[in-house]
Amino acid sequence: MSALVPVPTPATVPYWEAAKRQELHLQRCAPCQRFYFYPRPFCPFCNSDDVHWQQVSGRARLVSYTINYRPFPPFDRTKPLVHGLVELEEGPRMLTNIVRVDPTPENLPLDLELQVTFEDRGEFMIPVFAPREQAV
Amino acid sequence: MSTSMHQGNIAIVGAAESSEVGTLPHLSELDLHADAARNALADAGLTPADVDGIATAGGWCPLDVSHHLGITPRWLDGTNVGGCSFMLHVRHAAAAIATGAADVVLITHGESGRSGVGSAPRSLQMNSMVGQFEHVYGAFAPYALFSIPVLRFLHDRGMSREHLAHVVVAQRGYALNNPRATRRNPTSVEEVLAGTPISYPFTKEMCCVQTDAGGALILTSAQRAADMPNANRHVYLLGSGESAESMLISQMQDPGSFQAFRHSSAEAFATAGITHADVDHLMCYDAFAHVPLYMLEDLGFVGYGESGDFIADGNTVKGGSLPMNTNGGGLSYTHSGMYGMFAIQEAVRQLRGEAVEQLADPEISFVQGVGAFFAAAGTVVLSNRRP
Repeated sequence: MSALVPVPTPATVPYWEAAKRQELHLQRCAPCQRFYFYPRPFCPFCNSDDVHWQQVSGRARLVSYTINYRPFPPFDRTKPLVHGLVELEEGPRMLTNIVRVDPTPENLPLDLELQVTFEDRGEFMIPVFAPREQAV
Repeated sequence: MSTSMHQGNIAIVGAAESSEVGTLPHLSELDLHADAARNALADAGLTPADVDGIATAGGWCPLDVSHHLGITPRWLDGTNVGGCSFMLHVRHAAAAIATGAADVVLITHGESGRSGVGSAPRSLQMNSMVGQFEHVYGAFAPYALFSIPVLRFLHDRGMSREHLAHVVVAQRGYALNNPRATRRNPTSVEEVLAGTPISYPFTKEMCCVQTDAGGALILTSAQRAADMPNANRHVYLLGSGESAESMLISQMQDPGSFQAFRHSSAEAFATAGITHADVDHLMCYDAFAHVPLYMLEDLGFVGYGESGDFIADGNTVKGGSLPMNTNGGGLSYTHSGMYGMFAIQEAVRQLRGEAVEQLADPEISFVQGVGAFFAAAGTVVLSNRRP
């Protein structure tokens, strides 16, 4: 079965195009200066249209997570997936998978420092996060 | 003439679940809607011809149900925000009846959650925001998504997995003697923790059961209800609330607190004109063991970080200070996928004096629902007495 991939919509195309270049890009509102996620053509905080894409640091911390012992196809049913809620240094939070770490609670202390990396799914690269010392 | 939708002006005059709940491969989802609806109509002493408003959510449009039953609606509501949709339907129906837009409203639920008979196929929508940014990670099963914020909730409060297990144990007691309940075996904190791991920190028994089931309610004005038989079994709407945050669980403003619980419950308390001390019976929609913990704190029944010990200390069992989930809940009784209807049904039974684990003379029941994981919330406050 082929890998699970997103179907971008016009407002999210820049995010996925940047990910294909292995870059994490978010939008920032010019008037209120806040970064926001998920992509929209206007600021969800102040409603301004004056928003711009920029590359972010890729640094984040682990806010919370679950270790999914029963992943569904097309994911490998024998390999637990760590679904993490992470907070980017720039502010927004996003869902992701935590990779390059043995999926046990002992290896996943909350507030663990993470760095973005990218998982190859053929036509798309998907932003995932690894413990900062493991990320290349 | 318009009248308030709250303060006892609207009555539930019919309430019933499907004749059976559990594993029902001989019934389609529409059959479950119809079975529950016809049971509720019989309970009210009404026929489909008496109904002029219809509401449902799930895989079915309300007009699928109204036509199936032979009802011609002048009011329809298909608000679909997940399992708490039925709380919103009660609230919307009350507003409609109060303004004269409907006179007799039927709210139905039916779901072949276990057997998948005659139900819409489940598929991912990968062009949606939740599809692109959450499902894409393989986080789409309820146990994979709903569990994500929980470790932070526990960590910040100095609470532990044991507190999740205590929720399971506290509610199991209410299911032991209920022939309709799915999980009727006594259990312990140790057994719950030692169970099959599903998605850390959750083990199997910290996750709801999966059943085929249905339920239905019939609402009308208290004025019209006064002329109907069995007035002593009528249940009144004191207050209600509804709210929402995001379909993306990652976008919760605070992973340890659900703002929709806070908003919808606050509105319910305000419109009912009651305080926490007035609540005799509490239903906290429990798809997973953490949800009642969030609800107890967000609804203001306990303070920050007190939810775990409140349950572990026995306050929510029969005879405790705040009996909660007295049917055993989604964790022990039944859970079709959209459980909110069943929380309302147990509240009605308790207020009618007809529950399996009947409390001594409850007067006010507070029913809190959650929908689409931490996306939506709905609250109804019910009483067997008009203010």
